[in-house]
Amino acid sequence: MNISNNESAGEPVLSEEQQRYASWLNWGARSGLLMLIVAFLAYVTGWLPADVPLNELPKVWGLPVDAYLKQTGAPTGWSWLTRIGRGDFAGLIGIAWLSASSLICLLAVLPIYARRRDWVFVALCVGALAVQLLAASGWLTAGK
Amino acid sequence: MLNSLICRLQSAGGLLKTNAMLLLLSMTLFTAGAYAAETLPQVAGSLPWWGWALALFVTCFFLGIVAVPSGVGGGVLFVPIVGGFFPFHLDFVRGAGLLVALASSLAAGPSLMRGGLADLRLALPLAVLASASAIVGALVGLAIPASVVQIALGLTILGIVTLMATAKKSEFPIVPAADRLSIALSMHGMFRDTAQGKNISWKVHRTPLGIFLFVFIGFIGGLFGVGAGWANLPVLNLLMGAPIKLAAGTSGLILTLASSSATWVYLNEGSVLAIIAVPSVIGMMLGAMIGARLLHVLRASVVRKMVISLLLFAGIRALLKGLGIWP
Repeated sequence: MNISNNESAGEPVLSEEQQRYASWLNWGARSGLLMLIVAFLAYVTGWLPADVPLNELPKVWGLPVDAYLKQTGAPTGWSWLTRIGRGDFAGLIGIAWLSASSLICLLAVLPIYARRRDWVFVALCVGALAVQLLAASGWLTAGK
Repeated sequence: MLNSLICRLQSAGGLLKTNAMLLLLSMTLFTAGAYAAETLPQVAGSLPWWGWALALFVTCFFLGIVAVPSGVGGGVLFVPIVGGFFPFHLDFVRGAGLLVALASSLAAGPSLMRGGLADLRLALPLAVLASASAIVGALVGLAIPASVVQIALGLTILGIVTLMATAKKSEFPIVPAADRLSIALSMHGMFRDTAQGKNISWKVHRTPLGIFLFVFIGFIGGLFGVGAGWANLPVLNLLMGAPIKLAAGTSGLILTLASSSATWVYLNEGSVLAIIAVPSVIGMMLGAMIGARLLHVLRASVVRKMVISLLLFAGIRALLKGLGIWP
């Protein structure tokens, strides 16, 4: 059972893992949003050059993603990292960071569950991490 | 006594003004959306990229304002409205929709967790399967033709409208006994309800059925790129018996995991365009901040009716667009 002495006495108490998860999530969300905004400003002000010029975008953003990729030569998977200096891909760092926030939080609370020998939640954290890593890996494709 | 009456009248007048203003905004949104849809072929050619980015920011700002008081996530409003009335392909709209849902839930998550209104032990078992099925939903959504997704999205949105219009809420559901699975997973606890000034103990039941439904909810969320707060809430509150505030907070925490797994799929498939995603996220988050402040002065029932009307309109639009009747 996960009820602390204070909680059993009638006062709510935040568990150690809940506090740590919240702190890391807060840090991840704030830094991710900052990255997103900074990269976007660099993109739209022209400070970072773009692969697809901004005024050409209205011609291609109505295409299905496979046609868009074919026409613009935009990369899939993690290949966008090779074009990180381009404005249209720099913003993806913030998006990837926001997506990875939960993954980092799970890694942060895993040792707490392990120390407490709460093996069910260790397994759940490992399962959640595996799902996030599989999604992030780029191995799964829609096959369009 | 006279002073009290004047105060009440002033307060009622303020409330009416605010609600009327919001209704006016929604009507403007309706009209602008319908106008844009009617004149899209001409407008799309003449409006520069920054005009669309600005329109997206303004639309998301208004959506953010109504999303909070109505109790629905931003994603479920974003995808049908932006997908229906903007020139972007649905593949990119769904990618941005997931990011909108993810950013909103990430922004709210930490404070809800610290206040005990989002519980990690309740969220984690449900989120593992929801995030796995969200990946499958995202892959299916990107593999099938956009017209099929539009039709399915229209039908789903109309289903959500029915759910929102008919579903009841229970502030403190009665849970006679926790089930064996929830006991094994220690899915129980206590939080401080500051509005009532007392501590609320909670436990849940029907956990296996809840987990099963979260698999389906995750799939729908990934398929359409919508957050799934509209479905998480009734399952946690009405089915599993979590108090409404805990259900709302925990729903957001589940979304951070389910939306991020589906966002990875859209990102890897090249379906996330910064020019669509970033103005949407910033507009929605700024609007949500205003919405959270208006929460105390707006009548939730008025906002809820307005959102149901917006969704009804957007759902019909998505359905007709998918069927090729209103392209």
